[in-house]
Amino acid sequence: MTDAGKKKAVGLPLPLMQGLHGEFYGHCAAGRLSFQRCSDCGRWRHVPREICPACSSWNWSWEQSSGRGTVYTYTIAERPMHPAFAERCPYAVVVVEMEEGVRLLSRVVDCPPSELEIGAAVKVDFEDVGSTAAGKVLLPVFRRG
Amino acid sequence: MKDKACIVGVGATGFCRGEGSGKSLHGLQLEAALAALADAGLRAGEVDGIMPFPNLGTAEGFAASLGCENLRFATTVNMGGAAPVASLGVAAAAVSSGLADYVLMPAGWNGYSGSRAGAIVQEMTASIPGGAIARDFYLPHGLVAPPQWYALIARRHMHEYGTTAEQLGAVALAMRKHAQLNPAAVMHGKSMTMEQYLASPMITDPYRLFDCCLETDGAAAFVVTSAERARDLARTPVYISGVASAQPYPADEITGREDIFRTGLTVAAPRAFEMAGVKPADADFAQVYDCFTFEVVQQLEEAGFCARGEGGAFVQEGRIELGGELPVNTHGGLLSEAHVLGMGHVVEAVRQLRGEAAGRQVADASLGVVTGWGDFGDGSIAVLRN
Repeated sequence: MTDAGKKKAVGLPLPLMQGLHGEFYGHCAAGRLSFQRCSDCGRWRHVPREICPACSSWNWSWEQSSGRGTVYTYTIAERPMHPAFAERCPYAVVVVEMEEGVRLLSRVVDCPPSELEIGAAVKVDFEDVGSTAAGKVLLPVFRRG
Repeated sequence: MKDKACIVGVGATGFCRGEGSGKSLHGLQLEAALAALADAGLRAGEVDGIMPFPNLGTAEGFAASLGCENLRFATTVNMGGAAPVASLGVAAAAVSSGLADYVLMPAGWNGYSGSRAGAIVQEMTASIPGGAIARDFYLPHGLVAPPQWYALIARRHMHEYGTTAEQLGAVALAMRKHAQLNPAAVMHGKSMTMEQYLASPMITDPYRLFDCCLETDGAAAFVVTSAERARDLARTPVYISGVASAQPYPADEITGREDIFRTGLTVAAPRAFEMAGVKPADADFAQVYDCFTFEVVQQLEEAGFCARGEGGAFVQEGRIELGGELPVNTHGGLLSEAHVLGMGHVVEAVRQLRGEAAGRQVADASLGVVTGWGDFGDGSIAVLRN
């Protein structure tokens, strides 16, 4: 991919490690999947937000998830729509419903797309995908079981 | 606001792929605007309101090019493909309250020869409601484009309600069939069978190639004025009887929605029908924003044409085809006419209600529904009558 005539290789899009999003990924880099939890009504939330959408409280803390969830839905990308993922096709993008009630977008790294099933149990793991100026980026991914 | 405003002019450019339109973004939209003004019997100087689609930028440059010297109302609705129908509501409010007399909405793009879907994906996080969320939580995992976002919802629907690939195919086939009656449709002359649909390559499972809308060059425009002013114009006015738009919750994030099927339309549809004083079953046709096949199924459910979970059965056996219970997208829609950012659905609804739809005319059409769908499920709906 270094030949001048070929397409320039495109790196994986990485999260900008800023604000609350950066804090979320900071926990991931330390090997913890953590979500915000409202200190007043007790609701877990993801994606990160300034206040609790349920009770408007400003009080919250990062709390570690059990890491366990189930597959809620998925799609299998067969055609690349972004050059960084071209070589990975086909790959499945999965919405995981966590025991805490929140859902997040991820991938199940040890399961061929054809074997994915809604409702299947999965457990979090982390994948090192590179670095930004703010440090290493680890994405929360999942494994079966 | 019921029946206080009407659409008095519509116009469109030709739709194409291949060599493209040969016009700039502005040029395309100027051509459509001139066609809509000519249809209404208005001069550009009489237009005092412009609602540009977000890709056109501000209204000033367009008004200057058009020769619209009396601009006093300019605003843009940022709801992606839901913008045209939502703009009908804003335009109706503007003309019925006296903020403007004649509101023009042009929209279009070089969706084939210009920036195509694949090419703009990398830049698009800045332009969608969930900008930073998509950038930080979707893109890194490879969820990068609209067919993938919505495929997640389609897959869940198939799981919960047993919606099948053949039912999605029935939507694609109905749109393609209607395009055979529309000489302006890009897919005119190209019929399709269920076998061909099922054999089309998978793009993002469960979406195959023929579940996805066309990428085309083209533009369209409409003009809205008050019911009083419409009486002085040559055309049969098409009244805006009910109109509403709304956002899903949360609007900036798809995966965490407590009810993943609840979209903006879920909230907007009952309001529009209530304003119009009619029920979904009263509609003679529906032009439903068909970016992908499942979005038609979902919107038919959320708009109340059938119960949630029954959309798959509702689209089968010709029920949404001309001659069926509810003809849907009689022009061929985004799937088979052209992708004009939702404008084509408004133009077709007006033509049907004027009795100008030639070989695809719905007999005695007097009440029609048109919907818009944009971004992460923003919804808009108008109930129109002649």
